[in-house]
Amino acid sequence: MHFFEDIEVGQRREAGSFTFTAEDIKRFARQFDPQRFHLSEEEGRNSLFGGLAASGWHVASVCMKMMVADGQREAREAAARGERVAVWGPSPGFRELRWLQPVLVGDTLSFAGIVEAKRTSASRPEWGIVQIRNSGTNQRGELAFSFLATAFVPRRDAGA
Amino acid sequence: MTLTFEDFPVGRSGTFGPRHVTREEILAFAAEFDPQPMHLDEEAAKRTMLGGLSGSGWHLCSLMMRMMFDGFIGRAASLGSPGVNELRWLAPLRPGDDLTLEVEVAEARVSKSRPETGIVTFKGVAFNAKGEALCEMVSPIIISRREGVRG
Repeated sequence: MHFFEDIEVGQRREAGSFTFTAEDIKRFARQFDPQRFHLSEEEGRNSLFGGLAASGWHVASVCMKMMVADGQREAREAAARGERVAVWGPSPGFRELRWLQPVLVGDTLSFAGIVEAKRTSASRPEWGIVQIRNSGTNQRGELAFSFLATAFVPRRDAGA
Repeated sequence: MTLTFEDFPVGRSGTFGPRHVTREEILAFAAEFDPQPMHLDEEAAKRTMLGGLSGSGWHLCSLMMRMMFDGFIGRAASLGSPGVNELRWLAPLRPGDDLTLEVEVAEARVSKSRPETGIVTFKGVAFNAKGEALCEMVSPIIISRREGVRG
């Protein structure tokens, strides 16, 4: 993972793709979002979504999964090169989360993030604050999901 | 009876829960979706900004969704949500927390493009048993209007 100083506005990061199976969609829905269109193919077809659709929170959680996996892969590579590894802090939240297209059974989303802004933190000088627009694009090239994430990123020379 | 758009006037509010959150479910969610040390490893978590094992923020969101489903969405003519305007993670979710969720209707309007539906914007705040706010979100949900009501 990068330190604050290594991050530039406009940087894009590909985080890999994920295919949503019926089993995954229903398992998440049973636990967290058991609305009928997330649980049954037939109810999904009769809904605005037009098919069995993943819960929006499932899509968001899978996006996090892909971002974390990509960050950990990058950290392993940096460690193998003998570089210091930046451990990112927690996120204070996000804005503008959009579920733009239904994510239906069998859909594959490719996740990516683009840095939109960065600034230092007045109250926490060892951290910077970075805003990243994360997105999921389906196999037809349609933007299905996006949000503007905020994260605390360690500064290189602040005793991280 | 199914709740429709008309049942969600601005200012209407409700409190839902408590929902007990176990260490096992925090670890299970983190292992699948957010395997960062602060969500998985007690010792490593102590050295992070959160100062101890905490649930993934996305787990908390998903729990809030479930509490809203059990509270009212499960009985409402919900057609889904276009997104979340804003969400703030204010304090960490801890193993053993008992969550309550306060929900208020912030805005309600008939959809221009689909006049048989309305868009209800909810503000939800999740609290722990000490009354600390853990997460605050503002999110619209599309809800059908009562049968026969059009335009």
